[in-house]
Amino acid sequence: MNETWTFNGYEMVVGLEVHVELATRTKLFSASPNRFGDEPNTNIDPVTLGLPGALPVLNRQAVELAMRLGLALDCTVQRSTFARKNYFYPDMPKAYQISQYDEPICVDGWLDLPGSIRVGIERAHLEEDTGKSTHVGGSGGRIHGSDFSLIDFNRAGVPLVEIVSRPDIRTPDQAKAYVGELRAILVAVGASDAKMEEGSMRVDANVSVRLPGAEFGTRCEIKNVNSVRSVGRAIEYEAQRQVGMLEAGEVIRQETRHWDENDGRTHTLRSKEDADDYRYFQEPDLVVVDPDAEWIERVRAGLPMLPAARRARLAEVTGQALDAEAILVVTERGQDAYVLAVANAGGDAGRALVHVKEAFAEQGDAPIVPAADLAGLTRLEVDGKLTATQAKQVLAEFVTNGGGDAETIAAAKGFEAMDTGELESMVDDAIESQPDAWAKFCAGEGKAMGALVGAVMKASKGQADGKAVSALLEQRRAVA
Amino acid sequence: MRAVAWLFVSDRITPEAVAKVAKLARLSLSDDELDQATHQLSAMLDHFADIDALDLDDVEPMTHPTPIANVMREDIEMDCLDRDEVLAAAPAAEDGRFRVPPILGLDD
Amino acid sequence: MSDSPSAAELPTSVGDIAWSVRNNITSAADVLERHLATIDEREGDIHAFNLVLADEARARAAEIDDAVTVGRDPGPLAGVPIALKDNLCTQGIPTTCSSKILDGWRPPYDATVVTRLRDAGAIVVGKTNLDEFAMGSSTENSAFGATRNPHDISRVPGGSSGGSAAAVAAGFAAASLGSDTGGSIRQPAALCGVVGVKPTYGAVSRYGLVAFASSLDQIGPFTHDVADAALVLEAISGHDQMDSTSIRQGPLHLSRQLDMGVAGLRVGRITDLPEGASPDVAARLDEAFDALRDAGAEIVDVEVPAFGYGLTAYYLIAPAEASSNLARYDGVRFGHRVEAPDTNAMYMATRTDGFGAEVKRRIMLGTYALSAGYYDAYYGRALRVRRRIAADFAAAYERADVLLTPASPTVAFHLGDKTSDPMSMYLCDTYTIPSNLTGDPALSVPFGTGDDGLPVGVQVLAPALEESRMFRTAAELERRVRK
Repeated sequence: MNETWTFNGYEMVVGLEVHVELATRTKLFSASPNRFGDEPNTNIDPVTLGLPGALPVLNRQAVELAMRLGLALDCTVQRSTFARKNYFYPDMPKAYQISQYDEPICVDGWLDLPGSIRVGIERAHLEEDTGKSTHVGGSGGRIHGSDFSLIDFNRAGVPLVEIVSRPDIRTPDQAKAYVGELRAILVAVGASDAKMEEGSMRVDANVSVRLPGAEFGTRCEIKNVNSVRSVGRAIEYEAQRQVGMLEAGEVIRQETRHWDENDGRTHTLRSKEDADDYRYFQEPDLVVVDPDAEWIERVRAGLPMLPAARRARLAEVTGQALDAEAILVVTERGQDAYVLAVANAGGDAGRALVHVKEAFAEQGDAPIVPAADLAGLTRLEVDGKLTATQAKQVLAEFVTNGGGDAETIAAAKGFEAMDTGELESMVDDAIESQPDAWAKFCAGEGKAMGALVGAVMKASKGQADGKAVSALLEQRRAVA
Repeated sequence: MRAVAWLFVSDRITPEAVAKVAKLARLSLSDDELDQATHQLSAMLDHFADIDALDLDDVEPMTHPTPIANVMREDIEMDCLDRDEVLAAAPAAEDGRFRVPPILGLDD
Repeated sequence: MSDSPSAAELPTSVGDIAWSVRNNITSAADVLERHLATIDEREGDIHAFNLVLADEARARAAEIDDAVTVGRDPGPLAGVPIALKDNLCTQGIPTTCSSKILDGWRPPYDATVVTRLRDAGAIVVGKTNLDEFAMGSSTENSAFGATRNPHDISRVPGGSSGGSAAAVAAGFAAASLGSDTGGSIRQPAALCGVVGVKPTYGAVSRYGLVAFASSLDQIGPFTHDVADAALVLEAISGHDQMDSTSIRQGPLHLSRQLDMGVAGLRVGRITDLPEGASPDVAARLDEAFDALRDAGAEIVDVEVPAFGYGLTAYYLIAPAEASSNLARYDGVRFGHRVEAPDTNAMYMATRTDGFGAEVKRRIMLGTYALSAGYYDAYYGRALRVRRRIAADFAAAYERADVLLTPASPTVAFHLGDKTSDPMSMYLCDTYTIPSNLTGDPALSVPFGTGDDGLPVGVQVLAPALEESRMFRTAAELERRVRK
């Protein structure tokens, strides 16, 4: 991961606002289903539609999930109130959104990125989602030039948590890692499936630039960032755009900008000066939410081991670095517990990690190969009875058959540890049959070893241990 | 930001402020209506200036008569409204959805 | 069933009707016809209703009578003809809030109070007229024409629940429901000479009441007498899971205590009450204190120093909440729409055309009170005044069990008297507003007449959830004035 990013001497200052849809069965303030993909306007009720006389009633499970994710981010869970954010838009049924303003449910947490950068979490609060509008006529489904719009209120009222980070992010990679890690945590605690491509996780970036040590500059909010990759591209573009403006002596206007994935640029959406006055006031139809210490502790105690802790545990057991690729990948797949199980069954954790990373991409978090079987395989490797290549082939059988006994399979394949004498004679045969390669190798061309090793492998039908062959060749060269 | 209590009576609220507020509330006023509204709102706000005299520094806002807390419901589905019925009552509908004119002049 | 009884034989009170019908002495149909006949006679002059539901009511009366015939309990309000203010959602039946913007709108659901009344066996005879969206004190702000006071049709019935008050006063219904945000039940009750009750905030579910000001609105009954009001309130009150502000307790129990009298009760006279009551009203109030003293109550002097600031606090808080509650009337999903080339223009045209002048005025006032830069001076400050008022009342209630004030400063005024000066209309609510701000219960009980022989109402106030002592006091006043 890039640890620093500068452009013409400027650094970027980035905060991310992430909205996640909570994985509840029903909506935040009414009992219509919280479901993606149903026929339009089939998950509606008087509250969802904002009909006259309808009243909101808070979903306990939404509060529980908000607490879970807040505690997983080391936030303080506090007494909170709801507020109305008033503005007109066709997908806003009441012409106000019920959100949290002065007193959000979670405050003052943090997220540690792999590589130990800490990003502060200012707050996380509950709010309801809006409906969805589709624009008909015009080009590309955009608003401008459309003939009319159609509104579906299925999504209206779905529970969201908005997680606001402090402006602690300094590079595109950090931003991407933040999003990735946040997602992993949300999934781990069961708060959300957090899929950017489905809209259950949405990222807005607040970007400004400054010379190191100077005050924060004016920031712009970037919207329409729809993938982790876009997060990196968008903030990089925006930071560079701002630097360009500053260097040209222009003033940066505080505004909201739209990221266009196709042309790779941000465009003005609206300036903050024209923005609606939201006239926030405390929601009179709802009462205070004040989880008691007992509830908070119950939620905290029920949290699963979080990704960072799981990575640390896996790294320790396998002897790898915390941010080693294998550690990141295997933990993200949820296969870290499996590797530990292999170790507990007497296997070699390091070898198991490599195998799982390379061969278990499709296995999900509950691999079909019994841990004891893989343990057996790794023991053979460690004892020198199988080469890495041979082990891979046994592993392939494991995957096809859902396990097996390593020794039996090895024997069936005719894998035997080759004794040294046999190996030495094969090496000598190779030297004899490849005089040009041998000459080059002796002259110092390391590449020439490949042909010699290849010959031994061919003669041994792939059973020779490549490392042992290389070692023998070097021995021969030394005395040649 | 305190209301400035010593301004002369008819200037309690300006026509510009009334126009701004009307726009926020999506109400359009003719010039006469704007005038009348300014006068009426001004008179009201004059009357309402009586609370400026109170010392309320130690008084917390009261948003609610009842001190109840933690009213929540279980995460259980209830029956939904019938879509056809609802759309039949809508001013305009198409394709199972509510139809509106192009969304312009609003924040995107 | 006996031959159709004459009008004189039919019960007219809620209690008598229900008892009679349940015990198969009178049929629900007969009681209903009597009321429908009265409507035929006088509704043309009074215009209490936006909609009379004669057919639906007859069908329901038949159901009630069938139930009685087969021995099924039809409920504690069996056969009672009831009118509903037209801001209460009735499924499939137009609910207009007397506004053009909801003209013809049929809710897909019933308000909780409507369900409870139906389950109790009551028969809905119609939806009554109101000031548009419950904003007003005379029912002159209705988009469908004013309602007139049955005692003098050149005068207003009060508002905003003028139609509901008039319906009971004129004998169109045995009881009706209204809503009270700043006095909209109690003031029309006083002007029409009927009982009107605003319960403790949260005692009656607001689910299905079209919101005006959410932290102030409450639904309550209009009836001929105090005992009837107790019966209706018992039927509609109690926790509702659809309303988060609903108090977590069962229905109120009031009927049994009505005859307990007031011996030993401390009745407070507010010595620093704001001026404005006309001499005839003030005289009736004095007589009310005398009556209670004669009945054994102890009259105590109390002060509520912030009482008079209630008007300002109310007229900043209520319009602020209303400006938000009424934003949903945008022509998108239901109700009136004026087509336009884009959505924003549609909003402007729809709302400008659909709302009346008073509603627009309050929306603008409320929007201003919440707007950036003004929140602290207006809405924010008003919320603190509210708490100060609540504190003053709490202190008064340490020395008194109930308080007495006028309900309306004057008897019913003529149509048109106050329509050119909004502020003059707002002053009608001077004595009723504080109870909405504090959430405490209050009622108006008829107590004699004033100028021109018009009804006067005395307001009884009590602390939160102390409806019982409030009703006892009102029952005593009722006994004494009828002597």
